[in-house]
Amino acid sequence: MIDRDSTRPPLSTPPAANSPPTNSAPSHGRWWALIVAVVALTVAAFGYVGSWLAPHRLTPKKLVNQLQDNAGTHAGYRRNHAKGVCVSGYFEGNGGAAEYSEAPLFGKVRTTVVGRFAIPGGNPYAPDSSVPIRSMALRLTQANGEQWRTGMNSMPVFPVATPQAFYEQLQAQQPDPATGKPDPAKLKAFFAAHPETAAFRAWAKTAKPSASFATDSYDSLNAFDFVNVQGKRQSVRWRMAPYVTDSEAASAGIGTNYLDADLARRLAQGPLRWHLLVTLAQPGDPTNDATKAWPDDRSTVDAGTLVIEHTSPQSSGPCRDINYDPLVLPQGIEASDDPLLPARSAAYADSYLRRTSEEAHLPGTTAPAAPEKQP
Amino acid sequence: MTRDPNTFALPARVLHWLMALLIVAMLFIGVGMVASVSARHAWLVGIHKPLGIAILILVVARIAVRLRHRPPPLPAELPPLQKLAALASHWLLYALMLAMPLVGWAMLSAGGYPVMLSESLRLPPIFPVSTTGFAVLRHAHTWLAMLLFVTFLAHMAAALYHGLIRRDGVLASMLGGAPSKSLDHQLPKRTTGRDNHAAIVSADPSVNSSVDLG
Repeated sequence: MIDRDSTRPPLSTPPAANSPPTNSAPSHGRWWALIVAVVALTVAAFGYVGSWLAPHRLTPKKLVNQLQDNAGTHAGYRRNHAKGVCVSGYFEGNGGAAEYSEAPLFGKVRTTVVGRFAIPGGNPYAPDSSVPIRSMALRLTQANGEQWRTGMNSMPVFPVATPQAFYEQLQAQQPDPATGKPDPAKLKAFFAAHPETAAFRAWAKTAKPSASFATDSYDSLNAFDFVNVQGKRQSVRWRMAPYVTDSEAASAGIGTNYLDADLARRLAQGPLRWHLLVTLAQPGDPTNDATKAWPDDRSTVDAGTLVIEHTSPQSSGPCRDINYDPLVLPQGIEASDDPLLPARSAAYADSYLRRTSEEAHLPGTTAPAAPEKQP
Repeated sequence: MTRDPNTFALPARVLHWLMALLIVAMLFIGVGMVASVSARHAWLVGIHKPLGIAILILVVARIAVRLRHRPPPLPAELPPLQKLAALASHWLLYALMLAMPLVGWAMLSAGGYPVMLSESLRLPPIFPVSTTGFAVLRHAHTWLAMLLFVTFLAHMAAALYHGLIRRDGVLASMLGGAPSKSLDHQLPKRTTGRDNHAAIVSADPSVNSSVDLG
């Protein structure tokens, strides 16, 4: 076997189609060309998949760059929902959702929570009254080590249904360098091209910035699947509905930073609570379109109580280094076909790498401003 | 049966081609998932993590095979610089194959993420939760991946160079299996150091018997 080739008469060698007649140097040209072509094709395929050679593809980087273009680059901060505050406490399951999801936290147990209240936008110094939306992000860590991370907003629907539309919305909202405000013509053109934003805009017209994180209701907006022990799936959305609904919210708009102080004042008097209300979809309810609310008559399960006990600044609190990626889910909760979910996961990861690199003072990054130097 | 000393041992060849497929797929999955906001992102991440651990297990097995079975020698007349490049790139490939999954696992640990290989299979953290640790490891994961991709390109180009231009049996030593069907054996061969080596070895009757059976 070893010596077969050397003993075989040259004529018995099967002629290879592209085989050069001799091994003389000039005839190697075609083989070299083939090798170069194979390498070049592999590099091109890699470049295409990695989007370097597909510049029109929407990437997490583009989304996060656009957020920075709109609000400025603030080292060490999240690129969206930049202004916020850490909270901690626990979730007390009541067993109400256990028949729909096998996640242990829905049993009658306490699960540790590290959370964050924030307002949307990439500017960590934005006035609290600048937007009528507040957000609640939670990380629940089960005893088995699995986690449920969720980011919710105090609005009934999301303005757009797809990552591409979200990107276009951000582009339309980019401040004009001349005025420092978004160009009204661009916004008008965007909304005209995106009629799915109508429900959100109708809500935003009358929505007022609340005076407290404590009195808001926070909605998952995106749909998810609960999966029970038998493997049965149920499409759901959830929201955190506050125990407190006092009228102090009417006194909104005093100063620019009233939300954190309000939260600290309330927590000094005792824990704050929310019901976790899980809405069960009926067949046909849209799970892939966060611009569409489900009908009001859908049944809702009270899954337990969120108890928030402590708050701390985000620059030093336990929420600072948590990426509230909505696709970090325990067994028993799964992503739906909502196209916003993978985009959120991908963009949050990009933002997380940028801000952790800044916190780590890696070369080529801007170190975060010291707290006392912040405006 | 005595192994043909000019080819890699069967387990080495099986591991090589299986891992070649998995690692190249992994590199494309990696750059694809971080550059995507579509549903592709989530399912590619879902493949990336368990596949990385599979590669980690396979590379440990492969190093054991490598230590147990000496690989066939390089052709004697190969220029020293090319021999050095071959040796260095092979050890770099082993190092990267081992490092990439470990860095990925450590990076998720440092970021405080549960390391989920499936809906329910969770690996323990192998690095303390640390912002700096996460940032450094996450960047290292990307740059080591780029280095692995470039090393893979060089490895592939060198294999083709040996198979198409030098025709010295180096490519055949990894193709193995059915050498008469391999590209190397379809092409006119030059007399090489490898052949000389084979001639010396085949003076051993036990090898000759296997040659006769072959």
